[in-house]
Amino acid sequence: MRAEPFSAVRWASVTPALLWTLVFFAVPFAAMGVASLFPKGEAGPSLSDYAQFFANPSYWRSLTNSLEVTAVVTVISILLAYPFAWILAFVVPERWQRLALMLAVLPFWTSYVVRSYSWLLVLSEGGAFNSALLHLHLLSEPIEIANTRAATIIGFVHFFVMLLTLTIYANLKQLSPNYRKAAADLGAGPVQAFIHVILPLTLPGIMVGAFLTFVLAIGDYITPQILGGNNELLMPQLIMMQIGRRGDFASASALSIILMVVVSIAYLACARWLKIERA
Amino acid sequence: MARTLSVLYAAAIYGFIFLPVAVLVLFSFQGTLFPIPPFNGPSLRWYSAVLGDARLTSGLLNSVMVAIVSSTIATLLGFLSAWGFARFHLPASALLRGFITLPLTVSYLIIGMGLLIFFNRIGIPKSLIAAGIGHVVINLPLCFAIIYSQMGDHQANIERAARDLGAREWQVLTLVTAPMLWPALFASFFLAMTFSWDEFVIAFLLTRFDATLPVEIWNLLRAGLNPKTNAVGSLVFGVSVVLAIIFELVAFRKRPL
Amino acid sequence: MTALVTVEDLSHRFGQAQVLDAVSLTIEPGSYTVLLGPSGSGKTTLLSILGGFLQPTTGCVFIKGEDCTTMPPARRPTATVFQDYALFPHMSVGSNVAFGLRMKGTPKAVRLARAQEMLRTVGLEHAFDRKPHQLSGGQRQRVALARALVVEPAVLLLDEPLGALDLKLRRQMQDELKAIQKRVGTAFVHVTHDQEEAMALADHVVVMNHGRIEDQGSPERVYGRPATRFTATFMGESTIVPAHVEQSGQVRTPFGVFKTQDATRGTEVCVAIRPEHVQLGPGIAATVKDVCYQGSFKRVVASPAAAPDIDLLAQLPADAPVTVGSAVSLQLDSEKLVILKA
Repeated sequence: MRAEPFSAVRWASVTPALLWTLVFFAVPFAAMGVASLFPKGEAGPSLSDYAQFFANPSYWRSLTNSLEVTAVVTVISILLAYPFAWILAFVVPERWQRLALMLAVLPFWTSYVVRSYSWLLVLSEGGAFNSALLHLHLLSEPIEIANTRAATIIGFVHFFVMLLTLTIYANLKQLSPNYRKAAADLGAGPVQAFIHVILPLTLPGIMVGAFLTFVLAIGDYITPQILGGNNELLMPQLIMMQIGRRGDFASASALSIILMVVVSIAYLACARWLKIERA
Repeated sequence: MARTLSVLYAAAIYGFIFLPVAVLVLFSFQGTLFPIPPFNGPSLRWYSAVLGDARLTSGLLNSVMVAIVSSTIATLLGFLSAWGFARFHLPASALLRGFITLPLTVSYLIIGMGLLIFFNRIGIPKSLIAAGIGHVVINLPLCFAIIYSQMGDHQANIERAARDLGAREWQVLTLVTAPMLWPALFASFFLAMTFSWDEFVIAFLLTRFDATLPVEIWNLLRAGLNPKTNAVGSLVFGVSVVLAIIFELVAFRKRPL
Repeated sequence: MTALVTVEDLSHRFGQAQVLDAVSLTIEPGSYTVLLGPSGSGKTTLLSILGGFLQPTTGCVFIKGEDCTTMPPARRPTATVFQDYALFPHMSVGSNVAFGLRMKGTPKAVRLARAQEMLRTVGLEHAFDRKPHQLSGGQRQRVALARALVVEPAVLLLDEPLGALDLKLRRQMQDELKAIQKRVGTAFVHVTHDQEEAMALADHVVVMNHGRIEDQGSPERVYGRPATRFTATFMGESTIVPAHVEQSGQVRTPFGVFKTQDATRGTEVCVAIRPEHVQLGPGIAATVKDVCYQGSFKRVVASPAAAPDIDLLAQLPADAPVTVGSAVSLQLDSEKLVILKA
């Protein structure tokens, strides 16, 4: 049995955190929900800001843009990060691993805004990338990467390769080394051991990483705004535009709630899938 | 063969990861007006420009202040609630714990938007305090999750022993529980610090005259490519790396493994 | 009959540490060999080298007459039961057991039938479709055994296979292991630090310490006539006392002269005395220092009047009237005394 101090102490310990979350998270969220029902310039409550989203092709397009970019980023990041994490976990000698891993995530520590900006330096017309290729005569004239979807994707992949390397590395290391030994002992080659044993065992971890990538990428404003520019808008850019340029809080709220719903659907899909995998 | 491939692949990924940072730092020492090739330098003129820029230096101080205060509150609330949920039978415990961690699954943009509308409605002006409140919202679930995961049942026994020896509840918390959980407390405080320090969108939406450093850097960015941005970015990077190394040394060296 | 496994002059270092030092060993077909030693004795390293998971710094391993020293685990005729079992958690019990055959390309119907058959051998035919986490510790142990045996290895290597089980289950699994080994006829090499487990299972015990083989032979021989001080105290308890060989077959100890087996006259030796070879009777006057009631006997520590520094261990009848401080008279079963190098 647990030793139970009198009940005031129990509630005193958890109430501040609960209250904070209620007042500064749940209530504002509800306020946003209410605000979305009172469109700018209309007298009564209406769903016209939601209707607008489905009726206006440019709004709808920003959601599909976001989904496309996020999907591409998630897939590329996993494909790049998995072999890298594998090398860190199993090829790099044990005593160098900590250092190798720290180095691999060092640019995490630049400020988020600065990280996107530094890719702009690399990718802009007169930037390092174009200069180098021109210098090597691999290009005859500079190519425009900054202010395109490609730049947004590169900026995102850079961040998520680091994040996924961390999570996949942790995943690989927590597997008992005996799984690999047992597979080898029973005649599996490295490829077979990977396909039949290691990959299935790390799949739940990969799914968590993929979900994290999806949630963080689809809600991010900075990377598409700095690197992708305004040629094509992603959801967060559209939302910020509603406030910044138009002062339309109702529309921004409606769009935020739609974005929220999309993330929740992704969460439900992932959660269900993960559960099945674990059984 | 496989080894050579591994080395090449790892080198390529390291190159990709470090490319923008290297370019950033290199051109922070640019002597001319644009942070693009060819490199003219090294020169420290942009660093002195940063240090002479009152907006950037006050942004830096504002960021440090918001980070420290919001992380302290987040860690404190996270610790108390984690302790409460781990040690006592509370009704609807799983539901309430889920509620506390809920903000983790919501984009910063949406949290900021909600607070903006809410503060507008009840008449709280945009300020550093408003941004700090937002930072506690995003960091509290993180602190709670980290500390809650470190609360084992064996520690409950140690607390019971302290109570048995006559310690009052607040003494148990301050003399036994908190020191026992020091690595988790430190980790959550430090993570909250870095997240707050780095956070842009909430601070952007909720501050007006006094802004945090990321917002000031953003304002600087609107002027286009500028070595001054490189200089301030490199400074932030340098400070963060030093903090990361301290974190590594303090938080992980003490524990076995 | 030629040996199944021959290990010649095997040494291994981890950095500065010499974990195996010139170990030589042979293993006969169908035998049950137990590598016994305290932690850090090198027994697990030796097993890893036999399994192909480690390459020795120097020395050779021959299995079935073939040099396997550098052969990878998959290609050698060994299979390992890991200490944590390493059952693949995402596969059913049946798929786990069939895994080795699947890697060999055995047709599905055949390998599933063989897996089922092997599960029957270990008494788990009903568990085919379960997942490892639905089984108890002892059942997982048997699945690991089946998974290793189904590939028909010439040698089965078991790394502390009973270490994760509680005492009662351990004793029960010992009997089963022995029975399964007799049924399949495969040579087993089993690593443990539990001397009771070693004596219960082994045809051949190999006692290891500090990377060397201290002693090896049948459990009866190793227990009854230990070759070294370490063996005499690690395989059961012994009192070790210094002695002088006065003439062949007679030694002088601090508390008396005893007849023993042959030893070179005039040399200094040690005598190892098992507690069960000390009885109440005329001979050594001693004072009882400690009594520990063990149910079927009393474990007594006595100091002989002639040599009060020596703690003489004795296993006396449970109803023997001894208490701490009382004076007793003890006698030795001198034929069972073991002469060791000083």
